[in-house]
Amino acid sequence: MELNSNLPTGPIESAWDRARFEMKLVNPANKRKYNIIVVGSGLAGASAAATLAELGYNIQCFCFQDSPRRAHSIAAQGGINAAKNYQNDGDSIFRLFYDTVKGGDFRSREANVYRLAQISVNIIDQCVAQGVPFAREYGGTLANRSFGGAQVSRTFYARGQTGQQLLLGAYQALERQVGAGQVKMLPRTEMLSLVLVEGKARGIVTRNLITGKIESYAADAVVLATGGYGNVYNLSTNARGSNCTAIWRAYKHGAAFANPCFTQIHPTCIPVSGEYQSKLTLMSESLRNDGRIWVPKTCGDKRPPVQIPEPERDYYLERRYPSFGNLVPRDVASRNAKAVCDEGRGVGETALGVYLDFSDAIQRLGASGIRERYGNLFDMYERITGEDPYKVPMRIYPAIHYTMGGLWVDYQLMSTIPGLFVAGEANFSDHGANRLGASALMQGLADGYFILPYTLGNYLASTKLDKVQTDYAEFRREEAEVAAMTKQLLAIKGKRTVASFHRELGKLLWDHCGMSRTAKGLQLAVTKIRELREEFWTNVDVLGRDNEMNQALEHAGRVADFLELAELIAIDALHRDESCGGHFREEYQTPDGEAQRDDEHYSYAAAWEFRGLDQPPELHKEPLQFEYVHPTQRSYK
Amino acid sequence: MSSIAIDSHLHKAIRFYQASIGKKAVMAVTGVVLFGYLVGHLAGNMQVYLGAEQMDKYAAFLHSMPLLLWSVRALLVASVVLHITASLQLQKLKLDARPAGYVKKEAVDSSLASRSMIWSGLMIAAFVIYHILDLTTGAAGAVQFRELRAYENLVYSFRRVPVSGFYILGMVLLGMHLYHGLWSIFQTVGFSHPRYTPVIKRLAAWVAILMAAGFISIPIAVWTGLVGSNL
Amino acid sequence: MRLTLHVWRQKSASDPGRMIQYEARNVNPDMSFLEMLDVVNEELTVKGEDPIAFDSDCREGICGMCGFVINGVAHGPRRGTTVCQLHMRKFKDGDVLYLEPWRARAFPVIKDLVVDRGAFDRVIAAGGYISVPAGSAPDGNAIQVPKQNADLAMDAAACIGCGACVAACPNASASLFTAAKITHLGVLPQGQPERADRAMRMVAQAAAEGFGSCTNIGECEAVCPKEIKLEVIARMNRDFIKAAWTNRGTSSATGGAG
Repeated sequence: MELNSNLPTGPIESAWDRARFEMKLVNPANKRKYNIIVVGSGLAGASAAATLAELGYNIQCFCFQDSPRRAHSIAAQGGINAAKNYQNDGDSIFRLFYDTVKGGDFRSREANVYRLAQISVNIIDQCVAQGVPFAREYGGTLANRSFGGAQVSRTFYARGQTGQQLLLGAYQALERQVGAGQVKMLPRTEMLSLVLVEGKARGIVTRNLITGKIESYAADAVVLATGGYGNVYNLSTNARGSNCTAIWRAYKHGAAFANPCFTQIHPTCIPVSGEYQSKLTLMSESLRNDGRIWVPKTCGDKRPPVQIPEPERDYYLERRYPSFGNLVPRDVASRNAKAVCDEGRGVGETALGVYLDFSDAIQRLGASGIRERYGNLFDMYERITGEDPYKVPMRIYPAIHYTMGGLWVDYQLMSTIPGLFVAGEANFSDHGANRLGASALMQGLADGYFILPYTLGNYLASTKLDKVQTDYAEFRREEAEVAAMTKQLLAIKGKRTVASFHRELGKLLWDHCGMSRTAKGLQLAVTKIRELREEFWTNVDVLGRDNEMNQALEHAGRVADFLELAELIAIDALHRDESCGGHFREEYQTPDGEAQRDDEHYSYAAAWEFRGLDQPPELHKEPLQFEYVHPTQRSYK
Repeated sequence: MSSIAIDSHLHKAIRFYQASIGKKAVMAVTGVVLFGYLVGHLAGNMQVYLGAEQMDKYAAFLHSMPLLLWSVRALLVASVVLHITASLQLQKLKLDARPAGYVKKEAVDSSLASRSMIWSGLMIAAFVIYHILDLTTGAAGAVQFRELRAYENLVYSFRRVPVSGFYILGMVLLGMHLYHGLWSIFQTVGFSHPRYTPVIKRLAAWVAILMAAGFISIPIAVWTGLVGSNL
Repeated sequence: MRLTLHVWRQKSASDPGRMIQYEARNVNPDMSFLEMLDVVNEELTVKGEDPIAFDSDCREGICGMCGFVINGVAHGPRRGTTVCQLHMRKFKDGDVLYLEPWRARAFPVIKDLVVDRGAFDRVIAAGGYISVPAGSAPDGNAIQVPKQNADLAMDAAACIGCGACVAACPNASASLFTAAKITHLGVLPQGQPERADRAMRMVAQAAAEGFGSCTNIGECEAVCPKEIKLEVIARMNRDFIKAAWTNRGTSSATGGAG
């Protein structure tokens, strides 16, 4: 395998323009002769499908949910960044580029990030024209808010539902093409395999989730926009159905998987309340502006928070980081919460939580002032926990939120398999080792609206593609494999539910490959994951049949893939002997406990190639060059 | 052409009526006509409290303009026919739209009046037929029906307990029908505003209650001897 | 706490289906309703019984995938809340709950509590969009929107397409859903060019899907997890009535070049 990132040369400001000019175009009359498969209907998938259809290509778009509008992009709350500089506060494309590269802890490609910053401007225009109801000022102009990791106000938002509104914009554009007959939408259809013909991605094999039927679809190119793999941890802020199956099976067919260990943890989630927990809910980070984080000074102090007097409280962030205090970045806040809980000072029934206390702020601003700022968040907290945060401090705990890693793609968003394009969170391209707030929406839409429509056309125009049919041996073989796996899962008839395996895997990964990692823990994790995988394939209990709607079977297939991906995550984390962004190795920290990068040895994207389950994956390195933003060390003391 | 062709050859009105919103709009407009009639009818009826002479004079006055009388009657009949036809068509839509019902179903916010419009409407229709036969044509066997002797006819009719009972029931249903129907007119033709709609709803409720009370007061007045004691 | 559940079980679209009783033991008040069902399902699996099928995805009340009727109320007893955000502390020990799928001809049952809401997608495909190809948009601030219109549009756009409005409506009407989209796009300047067509097409499609008509009862508003107001339906009626009498109709397909 060779990694050719196809990066444009020359000045970064005009790189994308040059790349676009150099791309081959497909004649308008020829576009309708091409079929493209888009898997996933979130921001990246829906926008790609709609835009490619608008250009005249024939699209088949797949999602496992009952409607493309359910994709998990919908849950994004905060906003979307764009270098519009509408606030006249000194923003620019270069500044957004700079912030994103720095925020990514210098593990992303400069050219990709610069292009993302350039396109951010067009995204806002496009979304406004589609009718996305962005927040407005009284004068009718677009409003902005500021967000973490930036000193300018460049985040566009639609109340706390920005992801929903952007997704609905893309979904409506998609449905318009469905109505026009240009897109065939296949909901409740899950991609279970990728089909290669003569080394190129030429189709997929799916399972119809209503009838259980295994079917093949052929095309000239395949786009995967299937989101992140945070659910490998079982508990995350992802939707229940979010999974790695599409990208994982592409990986097993030869697509390199880059930086799998780069996972982002969000510090302000509502803690786990019990074994039965199915997901974790994010609370906006903005709460840390007014809340004070603390735990009791003594271990196992089970008194209600109001009965713990001031001198017996440890405001540990304020103590350790006097200048940033409660506003340290996501990763630092998360690691410290874990540390105090590991010491046995965690709060709540599970002792996995810390207090986020608003009593000082309520005294200062009054309950009404707090309600004005955070009313809907307080309501949400009350709804989930049954506790009134105006009276009792909130309990928060970090949770897996986003995965920066994903399938490796070149500048054209094409994976190491020709004809297989990967967009949105499913690829690894733009966020390096850490993603800044309000950047995920930007990337998904950039990929779908403004990058793939060019790069895919370039691929089609410059590649000889013979017609393929789904009755080719290549399709038949993949169908047989998928059917065999399904049959096997149903035939085990063991003693444990799929959910119990998922819970155990999640805990294993969270404990050893979560907020902080050690070589020893990771080695242990690799062994235990293998054992768990073996047990899964001999002892899982999946009821029902394969020719009907069978939610346990769907879950089993996804967990089977998570059990394999988990190992790769641990292997990647183990190999990266440095700390950077979301990847914190306890062995590599500065004397004051901060992440210590090793730019000399690890300034590369780690792209792993599948060599078979019984073989270690092969590491390929894509070196990263920083010509415009020079790596520096972060400090928040 | 996309999946729904809008057939521009059909006449606009037919096309409009084919949509359920069109039917609803027809119900709203005919509802306004029928409500207008009810107001006039109640105003007329209230003259019963001014004595037999005034009441009979009013009846004679109405009959003195046959063209107007029959025009109004034609308009009313047309409105009733349209109102009922549309409602029956909508009821069929409703039955088709949910072939399998719920084992358990609770109403959260809605009024009984709003959920039983079709039944209150059909009962009112039945009542109106009887009412016309009883007091307009005299065919329903009023004891001593005499054309244009409205006051007497009314008093004798209401002295029969089942008749006035049916009348009161009809008017309670009419009140319910108006309670939902009156504000609904605004909603159907497209007027809703967070500031005015609550006011319209309250007003509609008061108008419905007052109208029902006005009509119901007559049989009660007959029973108590307030009206017709001299007969 | 302990609950008795009567759950609609139906193997497939063609199966007649029936209510079956289950006991939910060890229900923790901090569980969400769906987590309670997860636990019931795990117990059923261990016993070798087919788990109850129900839809859900984000489990934070925004994707709109979950939803069923609890004791006759769509999404259950808590206002402005989807079943995934409904917590068991809302119930008490010994409660008897009836769980049924959304009921409407346009929402056929697929299995147990899972229904097919594809009709909603088709209503959107009929006109619930603004036609603007990527690349053709003017600068975002070139189109100014009065704040109150932007807010009204946002209120309507908050619809999550869960289908509770249809489920609760005695007429099984999709008016609140259809009208929310017509309102969202109709109050924005960007939505004006297609406003009349949009109302005509979406209303026609909703009827073609077999949804009933609105009779202004208001049950939809009462169960809507996003608390979308009946006002949107009045706006739809107004747009439709106006369009029906004044629109010249479309003479050609939506796309010119292809």
